[in-house]
Amino acid sequence: MEIPYTSETRPDTGLYNAKLGIWLFLASEVMLFGALFSSYILLRTGAPVWPHGRDLGLNVPLATLNTMILIGSSVTILLSWVSLRLHDVKKFRLYMGLTLLCSLGFLVIKYFEYMEKIHHGHLPSFNTFFAIYFTLTGLHGLHVIGGMVVNGYLWGPGLKLWHKDPQRFTNRVEVAGLYWHFVDLVWIFLFPTLYLL
Amino acid sequence: MSQTHDVETIRKETKTYIKVFLSLAVLTVLTVAVSYFHMPPVAAIGVALLIASFKASLVAGFFMHLSHEKKLIYWILLLTVAFFLVLLVWPSLNMWNQRDL
Repeated sequence: MEIPYTSETRPDTGLYNAKLGIWLFLASEVMLFGALFSSYILLRTGAPVWPHGRDLGLNVPLATLNTMILIGSSVTILLSWVSLRLHDVKKFRLYMGLTLLCSLGFLVIKYFEYMEKIHHGHLPSFNTFFAIYFTLTGLHGLHVIGGMVVNGYLWGPGLKLWHKDPQRFTNRVEVAGLYWHFVDLVWIFLFPTLYLL
Repeated sequence: MSQTHDVETIRKETKTYIKVFLSLAVLTVLTVAVSYFHMPPVAAIGVALLIASFKASLVAGFFMHLSHEKKLIYWILLLTVAFFLVLLVWPSLNMWNQRDL
């Protein structure tokens, strides 16, 4: 039996299934990150002194570059979706490829940041700041990797669907984009919280 | 998001995405620049969170198309925001009470 409303919108909600699904998933993600942000606030307000990330050696220029890269990848994934709506598969692959490259760039920079911390003995066990720093950025990094798996699939083998059901494939890319923007949105809060304040 | 494939509409949309990207880039530079001013902690946190919230609303509004989305999504998000606020405020209130003891 075929699953209904995978490409066409459901009359009562005005949405196709996956779009409602991704928003419900993102709602649960808000609670996941929300719990950790709440922990951060409690740890910070409960501590007699709270260090500046910068003073502990966090690299603000690198993190700023990473913020730009992530914002840029949000635009390229949108452009990949736009390309599909214009029936331009070549451009879709170009922009989705750029999104993947940006994601990889983000992770490489994060790797160097982590290595620097580890080299200085700044592990999660070093102090409360680094415990919450590694928890928050680590969970965010896992989300980046998860997004890359999905985006990589859509860029590669998943593209087969385009030839069978173009609307459904376009919807998949839109939904993957919504998730990706959320990952970007979380970083927008993580960056000032951990590096600048 | 509308299912329209009208080329002109799509071009306009793309321009908006680029404009939003540029605004986000400027705001990122701004938030870093402001952090070097050595403001008192409360002011610094306020300004940084204000800029971050503005950036987040740009991403949600334009990139995630929340500026023109279906009602059901708004209801889901309203519920999420309510629970999110409880999650943030409840533990803080609890800590406040413990301080008074």
